[in-house]
Amino acid sequence: MELSDHEKRLVAALGDGLPLVSRPFAVIAEQVGISEADVIETLSAMQADGRIKRFGLIVRHHELGYRANAMTVWDVADDKVAQVGRCFGEFDFVTLCYRRPRRLPDWPYNLFCMVHGQKRDDVLEQVEQLARTCGADAAARDVLFSTRRFKQRGAHYGASPKKLESVA
Amino acid sequence: MDELDKKMIDGFQRGVPLVERPYAAIAEKLGVSEDEVIEALKVLKENGALSRVGAVFKPNTVGHSTLAAMAVEPDRLEDVAAVVSNFDAVNHNYEREHRLNLWFVVTATDSQGVQQVIEDIEHMTGIKVLNLPMLEDYHLDLGFDLQWN
Repeated sequence: MELSDHEKRLVAALGDGLPLVSRPFAVIAEQVGISEADVIETLSAMQADGRIKRFGLIVRHHELGYRANAMTVWDVADDKVAQVGRCFGEFDFVTLCYRRPRRLPDWPYNLFCMVHGQKRDDVLEQVEQLARTCGADAAARDVLFSTRRFKQRGAHYGASPKKLESVA
Repeated sequence: MDELDKKMIDGFQRGVPLVERPYAAIAEKLGVSEDEVIEALKVLKENGALSRVGAVFKPNTVGHSTLAAMAVEPDRLEDVAAVVSNFDAVNHNYEREHRLNLWFVVTATDSQGVQQVIEDIEHMTGIKVLNLPMLEDYHLDLGFDLQWN
């Protein structure tokens, strides 16, 4: 779905998050150059049509005690991958589950699923639970724990909002 | 992490109301003042537990993104990671335990923008970048259910 010009600027202005002030949408509105009511209405519409999946607190799992963060990757037959992926996505400890292309010979896996746990062993147990419950026992898989985080923030979409002279 | 922090994280990873004073609306539901909510969120942001209050967009509806991976010699990893992180278009960048040991997300307004960043990184580092764009999304992101202990 194409974004209108002011939707693009609105998305860019939200990149670093909603300001922590009493009327945050008014601050965003001033950056985008539309009214506070328009900001609220546009975001509500984007939420209603599914372009915004959720609007809320976006947390960092590591800082909340979830020190084990793994990208689990699976080679699932193309005619089964959607069913398995949806099954994985039902679990609370799964935050993302996507199909991506294989890149043979470098990369044989087509299903990617982020699993968070407080400890490494928890994550490994959760991976076994996924495999057993979702009929993926036979699938070749790998668990890529993250060992260092070089960067983590919201996306910047290029179209930078016009700079504020002052914020009330 | 005090009770208010936990209640906010449990209750508002989705459904922050889109109203003029969203923090006042949260405060009312939790029985505290708007100032207390704003102060608590500022502290959570300062200590890193809160990345931001904001929107999670459906992939590839606002801008394009891809997951990319590189196999980097261990003694070059920090330098290469710094080159990658330096791109504003890169918002996540992790070392992972695998031969492909550097994994990052590239986001731009369109697919050419994403491709350009990948080519720039290959050119600057001399290392091939594996481009793994999302083909299908199987998960509805409702936030994360935390087990407090």
